Amino acid sequence: MDHSFETQVLIIGGGATGTGLARDLALRGIQSILTEKGDINAGASGGNHGLLHSGARYVSSDSAVAAECRAENELLKKLAPHCIEETGGLFVAVAGDDETHVADFPHLCERAGIPATRLDIQDARELEPVLSPDTIAVYQVEDASIDPFKLSLENMAQAQALGSRLFRHTQLMGFTMGRSSIRSALLQDIKTGEEMVIDPEMVVNAAGAWAGEVAALAGLSIQILYSKGSLLVTDRRITRRIINRLREPSDGDILVPGGTVSILGTTSVRVDSLEDIRPTPDEINLIVDEGSAMIPMLAKTRYIRAYAGVRPLLKPEVEENDRSATRGFTLLDHAEEGLENFVTIPGGKLTTYRFMAEKTADLVCERLGIPRPCLTRTEPLPSTEAGRWSEPGLGPRDWIRDKNPENPILCECEMVPQSIIRRVIESITAQHERPDLQAIGLRSRMGKGSCQGTFCGKRVLAHMIEQGDVAGEEGLAHLRHFLQSRWKGERPVLWGDQLMQAELKEALYCGLSDLERYPRMRKA
Amino acid sequence: MTEVPTMECDLAIVGRGMAGMAATLFAANRGISAVQVGMIGELIFASGLLDLLAVGWREKGILERDPWAAMDLLSKESPKHPYVRLKREEIETAFEEVVSFLEMQGLPYSSQTGQNTEMITPLGTIKQTYCAPRSMLAGIQALREKAPCLVVDFHGLTDFSGKQISAALQDKWPGIRSARVPFPGNSEKRELVTGDIMAETMELSKNREDLARDIRPLVNDAHAVGIPAVLGMEKNRDILEDLRERIGVPVFEIPTFPVSVPGLRLNNAFVRGLGEKAIKRLGQSRVLQAKEVNGGAFVLTVGRREPEMTLRARGVILATGRFWSRGLVADRKRIREPLFNLPVHQPETREQWHRVDFLDLKGHPVNRAGVDIDDCFRPLDGSEDPAFERLFAAGSILAHQDWKRMKCGSGLAISSAYKAVEAFWKMR
Ligand SMILES: Cc1cc2nc3c(=O)[nH]c(=O)nc-3n(C[C@H](O)[C@H](O)[C@H](O)COP(=O)(O)OP(=O)(O)OC[C@H]3O[C@@H](n4cnc5c(N)ncnc54)[C@H](O)[C@@H]3O)c2cc1C
Ligand SMILES: Cc1cc2nc3c(=O)[nH]c(=O)nc-3n(C[C@H](O)[C@H](O)[C@H](O)COP(=O)(O)OP(=O)(O)OC[C@H]3O[C@@H](n4cnc5c(N)ncnc54)[C@H](O)[C@@H]3O)c2cc1C
Repeated sequence: MDHSFETQVLIIGGGATGTGLARDLALRGIQSILTEKGDINAGASGGNHGLLHSGARYVSSDSAVAAECRAENELLKKLAPHCIEETGGLFVAVAGDDETHVADFPHLCERAGIPATRLDIQDARELEPVLSPDTIAVYQVEDASIDPFKLSLENMAQAQALGSRLFRHTQLMGFTMGRSSIRSALLQDIKTGEEMVIDPEMVVNAAGAWAGEVAALAGLSIQILYSKGSLLVTDRRITRRIINRLREPSDGDILVPGGTVSILGTTSVRVDSLEDIRPTPDEINLIVDEGSAMIPMLAKTRYIRAYAGVRPLLKPEVEENDRSATRGFTLLDHAEEGLENFVTIPGGKLTTYRFMAEKTADLVCERLGIPRPCLTRTEPLPSTEAGRWSEPGLGPRDWIRDKNPENPILCECEMVPQSIIRRVIESITAQHERPDLQAIGLRSRMGKGSCQGTFCGKRVLAHMIEQGDVAGEEGLAHLRHFLQSRWKGERPVLWGDQLMQAELKEALYCGLSDLERYPRMRKA
Repeated sequence: MTEVPTMECDLAIVGRGMAGMAATLFAANRGISAVQVGMIGELIFASGLLDLLAVGWREKGILERDPWAAMDLLSKESPKHPYVRLKREEIETAFEEVVSFLEMQGLPYSSQTGQNTEMITPLGTIKQTYCAPRSMLAGIQALREKAPCLVVDFHGLTDFSGKQISAALQDKWPGIRSARVPFPGNSEKRELVTGDIMAETMELSKNREDLARDIRPLVNDAHAVGIPAVLGMEKNRDILEDLRERIGVPVFEIPTFPVSVPGLRLNNAFVRGLGEKAIKRLGQSRVLQAKEVNGGAFVLTVGRREPEMTLRARGVILATGRFWSRGLVADRKRIREPLFNLPVHQPETREQWHRVDFLDLKGHPVNRAGVDIDDCFRPLDGSEDPAFERLFAAGSILAHQDWKRMKCGSGLAISSAYKAVEAFWKMR
């Protein structure tokens, strides 16, 4: 065996829940190892709407979840303000929407303790001029937008600073079972094939939609159904506030601004497998049709990419309609099934990730016999280098400040200069990881603009080759991989201007450069 | 409505990409009274290479050294490809006519050997092309011989990296290496972009002296020196010769990402050469509207945004390109041809436009969408009949081809333009 490690807690899954838990435990003085088979936020935490719910969306379906959202919304605005933009939100009904629902809404909000103020339609259309002329009712709520990448990167960074460890691109492959506990876990680095063995006191399964697969490795059965949701990114910001459709939750009914863009979604499509989750052109057509009923200009807007995530739905809770299935969370203590050191925390929301982490950590502490109080309720989330460059606009500000002629812009759409790319690369190598274009893209704005990596992909790769970060023909494999990852999001929105852009991209990489004939990323 | 002036001609050519330019040249050489309309096209992005065909479309997309063998394959694998409607002699004649015109304009190309040759790209991959600017020839030869070779790039030019090229080629061509030098007049290492300004800098002898002085000590055993393709506009030939003398070994150009100076040179050579011929060019306008009037003539409304002129023509060549050039337009549901509202061959639904993998060797079905034609390169009306008696189509707007994957961009533009002009000519 190559490596073996001991740890108090092994966390499986590096989404909002897993990274939030690593931080929570670290603040209580408990060290953990977090293993993530992709990169940070490879799952639902990287494929969601980025809406810090006020709770209003759930007042009719689940008032407990609504109240949890409200409480966490308030808390996170105070403790993690650098990850949040306090946009405020509107609930908007248009002609033809269910009027009983509209009439019930303020009472339901009141009952759940969620502030909602009725606005005059004329005033609302002055606040957000793009609202449909067919608007019939508007309520103002305390929704906000949240940057999930920054959030998870910052949570992980503090956990690491306090002694926890992160293994990226490292998958849990199996467990060695004792009589009433998990004795050790086998992990594999999926890039190098290297294996390692972890001896944990406790194991937390925070694998989101994959929680069933992970539990199966311990011989347990959790029935999970998968509901895919797709989202679209516009080329610029459409509204200042979050706009929700005032009706029963359905397709294409929320528009969330985030920095310089807006995100329109979602759908709810049952899928059988977690392999190959991608948005389809048909789903995108549906979202655009629905969204434009609320905001007509959405029918003509330029969309630069789309993405999708999967919501795990626990079987017993699943009802006829996936949308009405609870978005609350359940903490599964497998001691009840005879495994004393194993818990699973699937489901929930990004908005309530901290609360989920707190409850999980409470249980972990109890099992470890180290009763320590939760600090994430009071300790602000620090702002660090690791999560710094994902914020739009920060790149340009930094570049204008130092105006060094030897610091060229490498990504023109998002104005990301070489110095920031360098710092991102260094923050990756500092965590003993090998940088690649995708990892840089995740941690900065590079490749996120309208050209979707056409020019910056080549430029950043050239910079990495020149600096010795990548060698030889390997660079071409990196480039292929990066272009493919962008393509996944481009493909569903290729019409109009974005189709023109894609044509130029293919002219350069295939017409001129024959890249289609070069090797794929080799797996070890 | 204000009256706009009217102009008459025999043939209107819509588009000034490779296909529109070639068509205008063929029309001029045949003494046809022709008018060309169009804004600058893909040419300034294009690499300047003239590809003919390298992939005969087997599902795997295997590269062929012999373009004519690839064409034989086409007639089996892709029988509706526009090349299948052309004879080898026609394609060769068309190329010859364009290449000798470019030579006269001071833009020499490699001679046609009938075979594809390998050359290096700005990514450090190797591509096949049929006919390359002569400024790239020493590089083609060095690659063939795997001779020791130096690739030079410039401080501040983020779009071109010698190291990127040499690193990617290391296994296949161990003798290739790279070095970075200041661009003349840019000792502060400011950001540079390829284009006419860099090209014009190289036209000054003093600048070439500076460049050669910086390169000379780096040459060592190199048999040739490769430089990004910014070595002058009109004087490219003399500049290469001058640098060769100063540096002591042959110097060659390597294509760049946009803006592409070899593409600009092509555009300029056409503009210059066509200007000397009895041809009218409305270089900064578009056709805003087109219709057929009684007697089979066409009336085109021409202008920048607002109508500025009416053009009456007996025939039209539609060389308006694909999506990038707006020869085809797509909304969320369908692809349309906006000028004549011609039927567009296309996949059933948008779901089928693109494959899941960007680099899938099979190519994206949307790239084979376009205008269906008859043997005279006349767009069809949805059946087997031409939509109009004297409307022709040429270039990348044609259906059943995928120039990016089959490597037939310029070749198809040139030879389809040739066929369209010939067909119009014969109808008189
Ligand atoms: C379309 C959509 C929109 C949403 N919008 C919102 C919203 O606007 N607001 C909101 O509050 N919530 C939203 N949510 C919900 C929210 O995204 C999720 O609740 C949250 O991200 C779940 O985080 P997680 O860490 O539990 O799971 P995930 O983020 O899915 O993390 C699980 C991780 O485990 C990893 N993993 C799996 N198997 C293994 C293994 N064997 N070894 C190692 N690692 C493994 C995966 O790679 C993954 O990164 C949305 C969800 C979806 C799908
Ligand atoms: C990045 C890139 C790299 C390339 N590399 C190569 C290569 O290596 N080898 C190769 O052989 N080829 C290459 N090409 C392809 C080649 O240069 C041509 O683009 C291709 O052959 C298509 O030419 P075209 O004339 O049919 O269309 P385009 O070049 O697209 O020209 C269409 C023209 O029509 C005009 N137009 C459209 N609508 C109207 C209207 N209503 N009124 C008037 N004018 C209109 C446009 O303004 C434009 O001028 C490359 C192209 C690109 C973009």
